[in-house]
Amino acid sequence: MQRRQSSKHSKRPLQVHHSNQTDLSAWRKGGTVDTEKSAQNRQSLSDQKNDNEQDSLEQALSYFEKIQDRVSLKKSEVLQKHLSTMESIALKRGLPPEGFDVLLDVALSGKLADTVNTRLLKSLIPASAIPESSIVSSVSWFCVSKCSSNIQLLFLRWLITMFDFIDHKEQVHALYGIFFSFLNDEKLCPYICHVLYLLTRKENVKPFRVRRLLDLQSKMGMQPHLQALLSLYKLFCPELVSITLPQKMKTYFKNADGPWKAAINAVRQRNQANSTVPQPLLLGTAQPHSRKRKWNTQLIVPASSANAQNLVVGGKMSRADSYSANESFPVEQLRTFPQLLQNIHRLEFPSQMGSVLTNPLLLHYMNCSKDESVYLRLYYWMGQTLQEECTWCVVDNNQYEEEFRGFLETVYKAECFLQEGFPSCEEFLYRSLPLWDGVSCRSQILQLVSWIPLSTFSEMKSQLCDPLAQLFFTSSLYFKCSVLESLKELLQNWLNWHVVQLDSESDSQFSSLNTTLSGLVNGVAELINFVGRISTAALHLEKSHTFLLYFILDFYETVCDIYLKYKLPLLIMPPAGVFYPALLSMDSVNLNQLCYIMYRYRTNLIAAKENEMSKKKIQQFKFSSQTYQEYNQYIIAMVGCLWTSSAFQKDNHPEGIRLDDELLKKTGVREYKNSFNIVYHPALMCYAVDFLQQAWPDDTTFNFNLIKGKKWNWYLRYLYGQGLEGLKLFIESSINRVSKASQSKAEDEDEKV
Amino acid sequence: MAGGRPAGSAIEMEGAMRTLPSSGRPSGTGWQSRGPLFGRNYGLSPGSRLLPPRCQENADPQKMAFLLRKQWTLYSVSPLYKFSSADLKDYARMLGVFIAAEKQKGLAVDVDGELGIKVAMSGLPELRGSEQDPAAVLVQLSLRSSVSPKNSEEKLIWSGWFCCVAGDDLLENLPENFTCLPLFLVNGAESYTAIVGSWFQKTFDCCFRRLAISPLNLTWMAAMWTGCKVDKNTAATELLFSVPHLPQPLDISYAIHPEDAKALWDTVQKTPGEITQEEVDVFMECLYSHFHRHFKIHLSATKLVKVSTGIASAHCDGIIKFLQSQYLIGVLMLLTELAISQIQ
Repeated sequence: MQRRQSSKHSKRPLQVHHSNQTDLSAWRKGGTVDTEKSAQNRQSLSDQKNDNEQDSLEQALSYFEKIQDRVSLKKSEVLQKHLSTMESIALKRGLPPEGFDVLLDVALSGKLADTVNTRLLKSLIPASAIPESSIVSSVSWFCVSKCSSNIQLLFLRWLITMFDFIDHKEQVHALYGIFFSFLNDEKLCPYICHVLYLLTRKENVKPFRVRRLLDLQSKMGMQPHLQALLSLYKLFCPELVSITLPQKMKTYFKNADGPWKAAINAVRQRNQANSTVPQPLLLGTAQPHSRKRKWNTQLIVPASSANAQNLVVGGKMSRADSYSANESFPVEQLRTFPQLLQNIHRLEFPSQMGSVLTNPLLLHYMNCSKDESVYLRLYYWMGQTLQEECTWCVVDNNQYEEEFRGFLETVYKAECFLQEGFPSCEEFLYRSLPLWDGVSCRSQILQLVSWIPLSTFSEMKSQLCDPLAQLFFTSSLYFKCSVLESLKELLQNWLNWHVVQLDSESDSQFSSLNTTLSGLVNGVAELINFVGRISTAALHLEKSHTFLLYFILDFYETVCDIYLKYKLPLLIMPPAGVFYPALLSMDSVNLNQLCYIMYRYRTNLIAAKENEMSKKKIQQFKFSSQTYQEYNQYIIAMVGCLWTSSAFQKDNHPEGIRLDDELLKKTGVREYKNSFNIVYHPALMCYAVDFLQQAWPDDTTFNFNLIKGKKWNWYLRYLYGQGLEGLKLFIESSINRVSKASQSKAEDEDEKV
Repeated sequence: MAGGRPAGSAIEMEGAMRTLPSSGRPSGTGWQSRGPLFGRNYGLSPGSRLLPPRCQENADPQKMAFLLRKQWTLYSVSPLYKFSSADLKDYARMLGVFIAAEKQKGLAVDVDGELGIKVAMSGLPELRGSEQDPAAVLVQLSLRSSVSPKNSEEKLIWSGWFCCVAGDDLLENLPENFTCLPLFLVNGAESYTAIVGSWFQKTFDCCFRRLAISPLNLTWMAAMWTGCKVDKNTAATELLFSVPHLPQPLDISYAIHPEDAKALWDTVQKTPGEITQEEVDVFMECLYSHFHRHFKIHLSATKLVKVSTGIASAHCDGIIKFLQSQYLIGVLMLLTELAISQIQ
């Protein structure tokens, strides 16, 4: 029943994530933002599972590390167990860098049978990178030929496939001569050629090597792998290779991908799906989605340096690019925040701005950038991508909804991160909302709505409010609640923006405040009034559903505190269509919320009045007397209802519950006067019953009239103890109790402001 | 057209346009009332357009001849970042290397020549509406003959060009680093389009999107091009309609003698040098009512998919063929406008 607690609970089903807005760690945690409880459970389950896997993988690795002598696979159950654990984890998640040292050593040392070694090699799938040191040590095993030639061959094929995963290659390059010496081995030759082809640099091309290759060619005939290497040599040093080579060769090397390619892709896809952290960018061709449908749409763009193209032609590009190329820090290598800080002066934005979306570090960097073109590039890319991929605006896109949803989620997260909406996203919403069915990508679209920047409301009305209202009235209760939630977030984002603006302006003593302020006040007021209108109608449609009422009052919890919390001279009371359903609600949560809201209105109004009296400079934004009048009307109705049992007489709101005594008598209810006070109010009666049972355990008549005088005060304390914090704040602030120890019926009066 | 289309029947009406319908002026359509939103027009057509200019005096028609009578697929391109027309040679080299790399992934790339495909990039300064427009850029891929590598016998396999004719709307507010060439026209295999497009996307951070032509814009083209003066003996003006929601596709081809179409248009067009949406609507309405009188078919209920005239032909999928070099600029102007409205 506690106000705060309950608010957290009921927010869950809407998948609107609060902490997301500023929490960088949300990026790191990975996983989809799914606040549903079941999803959390699932999450923790899978975390647990991951931990278990981690443990068993570590056990397996330490087992392999300690193996001394030949162990028979058939006889050793331990070996069987560890081998299969390792295999399954490797194929699923890939192996950590530290695993390669151990496993390559085992596989190439010949300690175990070939079947085991083969299985080991086949499961060497990297999760991220392969350390260079493990390659160097495995090459030394390779040289001493402890393992069979089949394993040697498999190792070479593995090396070729994994070449791009090796984190550094300097030391591997130093082994060029060693690899070259294996060319004589007829069986290994094609693969050695391929390795050399990958390793060769200009300085490796030496006359003796050319001679050796030509010798081999004359011995073995025109082999494609030798030709490949020769043509590369010729390319580097045309003067050394004088023979003519055929112009066209379809394939130089047989496909060495072997058993690994599919596993690598599967691992990468899996890891990418589980995390929004930038993946180590392994190859320029990294395409997380196998999206063959269109050549030109890539929703997730890998970050690559802007000068990558220039490097291809060996820095032949003239102008500034060539010398800055040496200095700038390649974005591909940007992994950690300290790196960002150290290199921020020599960092360049990636060649495609779209890649910043999935890269929090680059978003940080973007936040610091004042360059207009950065935003413009992102604007064009995102605008085009959103339009092209929109599942309800473009025919035949339906099948890609999952993907589009993910993209919208990414965009939303980036907006939360930057605390700022993207203009292209706003335009997209304006364009597509009129066509939206309210179903596809619902939570993502509504999330994006909350980041629409504040503009003049007349524009927003036709583009956003009208289509949204149409869907709002015709959709389910839950949709209505979701819309209200996202409009609340929108309001909060605008107000936060204003507060930040205010701070920065007071710093710079820039006082263009008033012109922008009136625009802001108008915009915010229009939004609040819009929500007031749709809320009134929705409460009619949904028969004042408690759940809906909760979300409406939640919205007003922000509204009532605008003056004090966000320093904006604006207070708007909820319409009667919201106030009365809340006052007469059947649920204590709603009533408690209303009490809290009215208490905050009071605090804000009093603060405003005090400010008005003390300093006269912001007279321009004085609250109209109508606001005070409205507040007073409501407070009279409330106090009349809950406290003095005179609601039907005293309420003077035109849409209020003032009723003639004659009419009331006709209802046949005997004690109609006090039927909405804190004892008889339908939302509180359960407390009264409970209280009676505790105070008079033997009395089974439920005589509510017993609660008066001293008992009334006890009852109040009992209610406060039940977590009705809002009610407490309201009664303590708005009801002036003449004599606290009064025996008779409390003779109280509402305190008007 | 009859029998020419395998999947559907067609109704032929060659030269049937002899009598000009006198009535059939529609009341104002709801179109114009939908004004631009937020100062951006979200892909809507403007209420009126200028007549396409006839000919560039200084332009050599021979120079542009290779652009004529070919099918070009249309794309819109967002502004190119850090593109410099002075570096076309370097770009061609880089693109060549990129294509080679794409073709033989995983193998080291031979940088200096001996690639199967040669890339040429050049400027087409003639193709622009005003001095403000950047010069168009032509990209051509050609295959070196493998028989005699030393001879320069090359076969053109793919070409594409970027252009901007009177793209003032977008040019005005664009920062220095950006080059606006919003219209991209392609002739050749899609696989090459994909490679070239990807390279441009990566290098200049731009976006490509297919540029479809809405039926409304096709009616604009029909009217605009009908009004242009063409030499005699040009092909008939032909409008192709498709009937929606049928189990089998049904296309209706409506061919009109160009002189008859021009005569009709001249009675409709009032404002000199300018065409309004209303005039276009009236023109189409007249054609529809004439057709209805003969065949009792309401063409307004079908979808206009293709317009062919002596000037050019355009398909709603975003495919265009230029037929008259002196109207090339005029047609490109309209297409540039459509491309810009798609990227804004």
